[in-house]
Amino acid sequence: MRNPQLDKNGGLQHLLTIDGLPREILNAILDNAAPFTEVAEREVKKLPLLRGKSVFNLFFESSTRTRTTFEIAAKRLSADVINLNIGTSSTSKGETLLDTVDNLCAMQADMFVVRHASSGAPFLIAQHLAAMKLEHIHVINAGDGRHAHPTQGLLDMYTIRHYKQRFDNLVVAIVGDVLHSRVARSQIHALTALGVPEVRVIGPKTLLPSDIDKLGVRVFHDMRAGLKDADVVMMLRLQNERMKGALLPSPQEFFKSYGLTADKLQHARPDAIVMHPGPMNRGVEIDSAVADGPHAVILPQVTFGIAVRMAVMSMLAGA
Amino acid sequence: MKIHIRNGRLIDPANGIDAQRDVFVAAGRIAAIGAAPDGFVANRVIDATGLTVCPGLIDLSARLREPGFEYKATLESEMAAAAGGGVTTLACPPDTDPPLDEPGLVEMLKHRARHAGFAHVFPIGALTVGLAGERLTEMAELHDAGCIAFGQASTPVVDTQVLMRALQYAATFGFPVWLQAQDPFLGKDGVAHDGEMATRLGLPGQPVSAETIAISTILQLARDTGVRIHITRISSAAALDMIVAARASGIAVTCDVSINHLHLSDADIGFFNPNARLVPPLRAGHDREALRRGLAEGAINALCSDHTPVDDDAKQVPFGEAEPGATGLELLLPLTLKWAAEMRLSLLTALARITCDAARVLGIPSGTLSAGAAADLCLYDPQGSFTVTRESLRSQGKNTPFLGQVLPGRVQATLIDGHIAFENGR
Repeated sequence: MRNPQLDKNGGLQHLLTIDGLPREILNAILDNAAPFTEVAEREVKKLPLLRGKSVFNLFFESSTRTRTTFEIAAKRLSADVINLNIGTSSTSKGETLLDTVDNLCAMQADMFVVRHASSGAPFLIAQHLAAMKLEHIHVINAGDGRHAHPTQGLLDMYTIRHYKQRFDNLVVAIVGDVLHSRVARSQIHALTALGVPEVRVIGPKTLLPSDIDKLGVRVFHDMRAGLKDADVVMMLRLQNERMKGALLPSPQEFFKSYGLTADKLQHARPDAIVMHPGPMNRGVEIDSAVADGPHAVILPQVTFGIAVRMAVMSMLAGA
Repeated sequence: MKIHIRNGRLIDPANGIDAQRDVFVAAGRIAAIGAAPDGFVANRVIDATGLTVCPGLIDLSARLREPGFEYKATLESEMAAAAGGGVTTLACPPDTDPPLDEPGLVEMLKHRARHAGFAHVFPIGALTVGLAGERLTEMAELHDAGCIAFGQASTPVVDTQVLMRALQYAATFGFPVWLQAQDPFLGKDGVAHDGEMATRLGLPGQPVSAETIAISTILQLARDTGVRIHITRISSAAALDMIVAARASGIAVTCDVSINHLHLSDADIGFFNPNARLVPPLRAGHDREALRRGLAEGAINALCSDHTPVDDDAKQVPFGEAEPGATGLELLLPLTLKWAAEMRLSLLTALARITCDAARVLGIPSGTLSAGAAADLCLYDPQGSFTVTRESLRSQGKNTPFLGQVLPGRVQATLIDGHIAFENGR
């Protein structure tokens, strides 16, 4: 079975997941992103690489930040961007996912940026496009269920590389709700593929998925032990609805055990960086003193995110 | 109609026969094996040279989708699929719409099935009204209407007191109860086996304990009530171990496994293949190995197709939203042969699991080619193989995780009560 995101020559056809992507492709994306960070500093923040192309932001689940950064990335590449918040339109009228896709294909879409609450939805779209012989249309997964959020994983790698220069000597700790996190999965695949020697996950057993160690990570339940000598601390968002399903007793108890405070951060290396995919729950997974403190690189992550998404879009479009 | 089946390799597991023997059929029954009865003049001679002749297959779980789900499949389409797959007897679960909880529905189904003129259909009646797990059905009435057992299909009884009383009531009349083991809470959200694959794909996992906790409940209630229990479509090594131990302690329990779980594991979900969305979920590789061994050793009594036609609209959605189920009637024989070849089993052993052993679970005198038995026969070409494609399937259900695979064993002819119900190319 061919990996549906690669073309016949092993090149990137879609970006659906980091799982299984070779290190060369990951590095190529990071390398290509670097010059795009400079575009943002120009007076005219535009390149003509996607001029005349139509990029559809297909969001079946609400999002502000991810959708906005994709929109900015596409616009800086001179693409025409169409935003569809389908959570509030077609599917509520009974239209199926693939019907929606077919309609947009008929509008000469060149690229779909897809967010969906169900794991695998962008794969379904990519497989459908292949079956319809519409291989010139590219799909970027902007987050599917608990499965993957590859551009977030890549922008996190870009951030790490920016601050730490290399991957092969790092200890990276991912903290919090790994079970429900597509971000964590993409981070783990990216970190292991790029050669990080020690990737750790830290959380209570209710928020760590089964056999997570088989993805190449060390599992910690004690946050202080897990943070010891870490170079990079990647916090995950804890959604409030997790309190309902008997996964956690209260936000307060979670913060006590797994919230990142200045005190706990002292166990990491003195030059550790702290990352968060946003939006943050201050006082739940991260203390404001840390979020706004000298170790945090949370806002640069957002800035780099635009450059990484520009790199992915231009690579897929062959520009 | 008198039929002479000539020169075939006869495999009759019930009688331990694997030899070249002719079969003589008259008046819907096996008239003789080997030599023709005195004065036998055939109306039709079937040349079975190079073919294997075995009892018609008995499938312990095939959903025909009527009444209520005619857009997924109809009785006619699925009975034709059964005949094309060599299946001459099948049991159908009660999860139709409405469920099989009233004698009138069962009588209508039996009547329609007879009218369609193919396989013998044995409905499994609903154990509780509407499968809701609250009130008992009129089991004696349903039995008179044709139900051979009672069950809940894939809807567990949540209230264990209701379950105990249902088993007591069934045991009163000696009715067998067929249950699929799934804890209503642990089995609620998971769409894939809780393990590395589900973690990798970000799919909500269903732990093995969803099955074993339910089996533990069922086995203890079976012991207390004395009901004859059959656990359908087991999925894990742990489930099998519990059933074997229960049997050793004197509980009357049988079980079966589906063709899907015999051949596939959660790794076969691949890139979110919705055709691998099944209930119970495909388990780990070591579970599959245990099930394959268990079926070979007879610890698992029978192999079923778990035939569940699902329309394309319900499958062309993301994995977790896809309706569970796969078509299977036409794959029962090929996948039995594939398993037998891979496990180096004799055909006598392998075919027993889909003929006489399955008949024993059903409690019917079928699945044998003894003289006097109903002339239900399957003739297949052991050398013939075919690629599973949508076009190759007669069933209205075209979705199966085996699409694209090359499988052995092409059915050439199917006889039901001495009538030719299917002949290849016709």
